[in-house]
Amino acid sequence: MTELKEELKGKIIEVLNLEDVASTDIQDDDALFGEGLGLDSIDALELIVLMDKDYGIKLSDPKNGKAIFESITTMASYISQNRTK
Amino acid sequence: MSKPKVAVTGMGIVSAIGLTVEENLYALLNGRHGVSRLENFSSKWNSDIFVGEIKYTNEQLTGMLALDPGKPYTRTTLLGIYAARQAIRSAGLKDLSGSRTGLISATSVGGMDYTERYFYDYLTDPSLRPYITTHDAGDSSQQIAHDLGINGLVTTISTACSSAANAIMMGARLIASGRLDRVIVGGTDALSKFTINGFNTLMILSDERCRPFDNERKGLNLGEAAAYLILESEESVNAEQKEVLAYLAGYGNANDAFHQTASSADGQGAYLAIGKALKSAGVEASFVDYINVHGTGTVNNDLSEGHALLRTFGEDVPLFSSTKGFTGHTLAAAAAIEAVYSILAIRHDKVFANLNFQHPMQEFSFVPQSTVLQRSIACVLSNSFGFGGNCSTLIFTEQ
Amino acid sequence: MSEKVYINGIGALSSQGQWHHDLFREAKELSRAVTPVNAPSYKGLIAPGMLRRMSSGVKMGIYASQQALDEASISIPEAIITGTGLGCLIDSEKFLHGVLDNQEEFLTPTAFIQSTHNTVAAQIALRLGCNGYNFTYVHRSVSFESALLDALMQLQDDQASTVLVGGVDEISPHTYRLLQLAGQIKQNDRNERVKNSESIGVNYAEGATFFTLSTLRTQTSYAQLVDLTLQHELNKEEVTVLVADFMARQDRDHQLIDALVVGINGDCQYDGYYDEFSRLFDNIPVLYYKHLTGQYDTASAFGLAVAARVLKEQEIPEVLYWNSDRATTGLRNILVYNQFNGKDHSLTLVRVC
Repeated sequence: MTELKEELKGKIIEVLNLEDVASTDIQDDDALFGEGLGLDSIDALELIVLMDKDYGIKLSDPKNGKAIFESITTMASYISQNRTK
Repeated sequence: MSKPKVAVTGMGIVSAIGLTVEENLYALLNGRHGVSRLENFSSKWNSDIFVGEIKYTNEQLTGMLALDPGKPYTRTTLLGIYAARQAIRSAGLKDLSGSRTGLISATSVGGMDYTERYFYDYLTDPSLRPYITTHDAGDSSQQIAHDLGINGLVTTISTACSSAANAIMMGARLIASGRLDRVIVGGTDALSKFTINGFNTLMILSDERCRPFDNERKGLNLGEAAAYLILESEESVNAEQKEVLAYLAGYGNANDAFHQTASSADGQGAYLAIGKALKSAGVEASFVDYINVHGTGTVNNDLSEGHALLRTFGEDVPLFSSTKGFTGHTLAAAAAIEAVYSILAIRHDKVFANLNFQHPMQEFSFVPQSTVLQRSIACVLSNSFGFGGNCSTLIFTEQ
Repeated sequence: MSEKVYINGIGALSSQGQWHHDLFREAKELSRAVTPVNAPSYKGLIAPGMLRRMSSGVKMGIYASQQALDEASISIPEAIITGTGLGCLIDSEKFLHGVLDNQEEFLTPTAFIQSTHNTVAAQIALRLGCNGYNFTYVHRSVSFESALLDALMQLQDDQASTVLVGGVDEISPHTYRLLQLAGQIKQNDRNERVKNSESIGVNYAEGATFFTLSTLRTQTSYAQLVDLTLQHELNKEEVTVLVADFMARQDRDHQLIDALVVGINGDCQYDGYYDEFSRLFDNIPVLYYKHLTGQYDTASAFGLAVAARVLKEQEIPEVLYWNSDRATTGLRNILVYNQFNGKDHSLTLVRVC
């Protein structure tokens, strides 16, 4: 799980072009959206593609992403339970 | 300040519900929508989405227009020429050369249909290269101007889905300021893989036929179309004793300044645009008989637009409908085809149906007109909103 | 047609860096087929959350527009009007590569969103919180001039008292290569300057030029924007008619032209239009600028900046002279002429204020 979390942090920084953010800046339970990392609705769509492309998880309704993308911890746990690749 | 009147003396249209104004009117009155599966080109999404597609290939359109098949015409250009020629004929215009006649055209995809086809092949196949310079948005306007023989003021506007409203607005201002006597205004956009995939990434394409202002709406259907109006000054109309189809009485553009793609929850940009248009037309909100709403059928647009209507009209929202259930959302052409529909509503005293409507939105007490209705219509307000918070409103009147 | 319109602020980014006092003294003539913008750091000006998604064109546009607003001491204009010939090419190409290379799979929205032609105008509005009129014109070499005409009408007709107007175009590698194949851009090995060009095509570049226009003249106003006209198609022989018609509608004291600014770009096929134009005026300075900025659809906005700057300083930097005629009297009226490939002509008249 720790490995997956670190992997996710790296991918998020890369995919969302977070130039000034390092993996170590993101705590596992930090909010990704709003106050925390400050991601927005466009980032959510980017993360939905990331889930599909890298882990074979299809989310058809962006609204379902809300709980999954709450933090690195919630993302990692959803991925480990639902991944197809 | 009293603004000089701007008359509409001609119009032309090609859309998924018809190749002429009459065909479009017939379809609107009889509830015949043009939303189907994509057939003209293959895409991964052929069987997932519905589109308002014009069922003629580029080769067929080139033939119907008697254009040289050896020349590089994009689909956006072909549709544009098709509609613009009709508009010219309907206004009885002959010589369009000279500095007093202009063309303001709108497009968002421009020549993307050929760019996405030949993007890599251009590098190795010189025979395709004449299409390279058809990519930019200006190419379609240039080709239309050339076809019509317009050599004066020619320009292109691209503000996403409000583009044609803005082209119409700029044309009207050029006439009001005395710079032009007549101007051909409107827009053209062809379907392309680029736009289909773009809207798909935003997850706002419905897998059903779109249901504007329905509580269960799932998104929009893309479409393709072109439409043009002929705008003329009062002097030009009087000098030639021309029949006036309607007047463009008011217009307004404002920016939501909220988000690059999404509309604000309170519909601020739309509210401001509607307010500016009413003010410029010099009419009270209660004067509006029918609203052709933007009504794309996305969760976000209809909610935001609904709030703007509520803020403008209170609970007395005039009769309104979205015609996108007939045509799909035709992007930069949308405001132009809906301008034609607004004028038809005035000329035939009809409110067109908002197709596929079943469930009232929980946020509002008002509902769209879901069947075609006979009613005296003297003033129509038409909304068009685009990415980048671009909100535009046009007001057409009988007098 | 009542209000007078003044250029109160200018901002620009080009291959010569940003708009600044010593720009023309330090400028180096371009000779390569393509030269990218010489851009400053955007950090500090643009919030990191927005910056991370922006392509070069959006960043250039925001930088130049802010500079133009700052010079005029305006925080939020009443209208924002932009021109761009090719739009947000970098993101268009990026999204298109995605569509074509991955068979329409695994596409993300950011590039598509940013590929829309009105992205620059929209991002400026978003950043400033400007709810005003927001238009974008996309018509080749009159993209900027269409925006300028719109702005002039807004101000003259009393719709607005302050308008931000500008032009921006960015380079992206694939389109650059395609335009070279189409003969619009010189081959990589030509190494010609505008003045000694012997081949077809141009030296290409990118940039953004913005203006704050106002109906209020200030201590620091550059010049008065008097009028402009656009003409889509024209034979070389008809240049004289275009100029005559345009000048005939101007007031008498605006009809004495003291200098010309021309869009000569080294394309042997079409630079003859500028010869026709210059021939209509006797013994006055002819200035050019595309040897410094390169050609791109909205490079002509820089031509207006040149005219405004010369009128304000009452001095013509040596690097701008195309011919050998020097100004003999004060510079009052400057006429700016541009076209591309023999199409989309524009005349802009600016006057000292």
